[in-house]
Amino acid sequence: MKKKNVKWRFLLILVALMLSFVYLLPNLPLSIPESFKKILPESGINLGLDLQGGIYLIYEVEGQKAAELTASRLANTLRKLLDKDSIKNTVTVKGTSIELSGEVTKIKDALVKNYANLDLAIEEEKITASLQEREIKWIKDNAVEQALETIRNRVDQFGVAEPMITRRGENEIIVQLPGVKDPKRAIELIGKTAVLEFKLVDDESTVSAEYPNAVTAADEKQFLEKYTKEDKLPKGDIILFERRTARETGEVFKKPYLLKSETILSGDFISEARVAIDSRDNQPYVSIKLDTEGAKLFEEITANNVKKRLAIILDGNVYSAPVIQERIAGGTAQISGTFTMDEAKDLSIVLRAGSLPAPIKIEQNVTVGPSLGRDSIEAGKRAGIAAFLLVVVFMALYYKLSGVIADAAMLLNILFLLGAMAALNATLTMPGIAGVILTMGMAVDTNVLMFERIREELRSGKTPRAAVDAGYDKAFFTIVDSHVTTLITSAVLFQFGTGPIKGFAVTLSIGIAINLFTSLIGTKAVFDYMMNAKREVKKLSI
Amino acid sequence: MIELLKNTQINFMGKKNIALLLSAIVSIIGIIGIVQIARGSANLGIDFAGGTVVQLKFNKNVDLSQVRKALENDGIRNFELQDMPTIQKVSITIKQEEDTQYSDKVINALRAGLKDTDITVDSVSTIGPKVGKQLRIDAMWAIIAATVGILIYVTWRFQFRFSIGATVATFHDVLAVLAVFYVFGREMNLILVTALLTIAGYSLTDTVVVFDRIRENLRKNIREPVEDVINRSINEVLSRTIITSLTTFLSAAALFFFGGEVIHDFALAMLIGIIIGTYSSIFVASPVVLLWRGDRPLVKR
Repeated sequence: MKKKNVKWRFLLILVALMLSFVYLLPNLPLSIPESFKKILPESGINLGLDLQGGIYLIYEVEGQKAAELTASRLANTLRKLLDKDSIKNTVTVKGTSIELSGEVTKIKDALVKNYANLDLAIEEEKITASLQEREIKWIKDNAVEQALETIRNRVDQFGVAEPMITRRGENEIIVQLPGVKDPKRAIELIGKTAVLEFKLVDDESTVSAEYPNAVTAADEKQFLEKYTKEDKLPKGDIILFERRTARETGEVFKKPYLLKSETILSGDFISEARVAIDSRDNQPYVSIKLDTEGAKLFEEITANNVKKRLAIILDGNVYSAPVIQERIAGGTAQISGTFTMDEAKDLSIVLRAGSLPAPIKIEQNVTVGPSLGRDSIEAGKRAGIAAFLLVVVFMALYYKLSGVIADAAMLLNILFLLGAMAALNATLTMPGIAGVILTMGMAVDTNVLMFERIREELRSGKTPRAAVDAGYDKAFFTIVDSHVTTLITSAVLFQFGTGPIKGFAVTLSIGIAINLFTSLIGTKAVFDYMMNAKREVKKLSI
Repeated sequence: MIELLKNTQINFMGKKNIALLLSAIVSIIGIIGIVQIARGSANLGIDFAGGTVVQLKFNKNVDLSQVRKALENDGIRNFELQDMPTIQKVSITIKQEEDTQYSDKVINALRAGLKDTDITVDSVSTIGPKVGKQLRIDAMWAIIAATVGILIYVTWRFQFRFSIGATVATFHDVLAVLAVFYVFGREMNLILVTALLTIAGYSLTDTVVVFDRIRENLRKNIREPVEDVINRSINEVLSRTIITSLTTFLSAAALFFFGGEVIHDFALAMLIGIIIGTYSSIFVASPVVLLWRGDRPLVKR
């Protein structure tokens, strides 16, 4: 009989083996000389968030709020414009629309002249000016882009090794922070809107003298109901609170402030923010420096309001309200409160990185602590070894030498699978490990189908060599069919799954594809090689 | 040669009525399960229902009643506790909670309530109601897409009545595993859907093995009654369908026993699914082929 050439097949397997090894080098606990490292692939297999610990967050950017904010800013500008031209007006904001009443005709003329891009609905007594749909859409879209940029800045300054921050769909942002040590702190840092405002305290009004010094959370609603009634709240004023936590009990109190609603200075002018320590009481505070324009504004404000109180407000909470003693030049200010060092540090980060254009809401949060990740890896290893031993022993017992060949092919299968994952820089997740382990069982299936077929051919009286050939030929389509159906479902899983499940789909599909190679080329080559022996093989160990 | 089963002569098709009845019942329970999932009254995991799961690790064994008391003292209601005493872990599930920062409240409550215990946060998962709804829809589409994909492939490779048999068997397997999870009140979550899809793909391996042989034998013996050919074919490939399932079963068993809590339910579903998949290729897929009497002959000539 003609000998079959098996050389190229063994060579192919050898090359694949070497490639797998090279790609896996970064994942092996070996010390590699630096000069070598340069020519080697860089990363290898990455561990998923579920294995190395970390956070996976999906945020929704509330773009509608950004649009509403734009409308309310525009309302302020309109009011000023109309006041300047002494046109009588009342301006109220409703969502993304502004209602104007007063001298309607004059208001209309002013609007048409200055704001061509507003949709106007003119009635007898009032005009409703709305932001155009296109404009709102742009604002929303822009809000997501800006939020993305701001979050990126914050995370960079917080210091995370390999953060991934991406936009998804119309209004979602996905933040992945592998290996973060303090998840809670990171989430707080990202989620802060960080709008810094300076407002004057209304000390002229007499109602604020009635305010209690502190309101408990339970009484807050009642307090607000009482003091936001028309006769109790001076026109153009708002009430905001300062949060105070009692040291001993941990109870939260709120100190109310009556403020002029106009924001006289905002965080947009900040050029620098850093943590400093107050030498008197060793308390950390955040020192901010304003840019040239902001410094000029600040000097003007302080000069005009000496002896008045200036409230510093972050995200609607009053932090402090010091009395302006004198004109302040140079544009530095400090935000003090009862901060811990970390809190002060995070506050300085958000002030430097800028505020979010709109509030963001957590839609999904998956946080995995490092210990669970380690436990999972350990469990994965144990399950892997157990599965390997079970399958190997079973195959060797049932199919003898042929079983051992199948076992070797399965081992190659796993090596190639890991090598391919390293080459693709794929991410290994816990379900991914499950995929690898299931692949062990499925990998030998291919050989089982062939061996059974070969046994059948042997029983019908064929020589070992003819039986092997016939077995492979006849089992071929069965094997391909069964692989393709599994590939179809893994493709669907890949399409629909999130992180960890995608990892499963990746390992399973690569594993299945490689399996075709190792069994149809690998094991077959070994059998052909055995059949090539000088003496005709009389008996097959199967 | 060690052989699992030698020259069996089992009349599988003779038992098709009992088998089909049994499968129909199980499938109906599975369908009830799906309806209940859609109505939200099954034991849905937070990935579908929305809510928060906090898993905590303690430095010593903690009594569940202490945990319960600590949570209730802080006004936390409607939680489910799951104890993993051997590894000193407790997981706290609060379903349908819309506040996505609720986990902080839970952790703080326990830190305050169990003062002399060291608590490490193992994991926190929070799913907002919107994401939960989206995931439910995605999961449904995934199952439909996978089924259609398989149907198309099988129709291309086999004659129509075979593809009907394979598709019915695939549906049956998915429904049956779902039925088992539903009846035992286990949680329906994304990991289960992943397992179901994997089972759908894998259970076809067995079906294809059986079908290939039926097709081959039908070509060889055109005059023999179809029922006999199917019976003989199943008997011929019986040991290999069982062995291919067995090797994968061994892997899944290793995952089940050693793979840790994250993958536990997945492995369980796989174990059940592999058994049902093997059963269905013999007792569901093949009888359907037999019963689907079209006008055309069974084999393309």
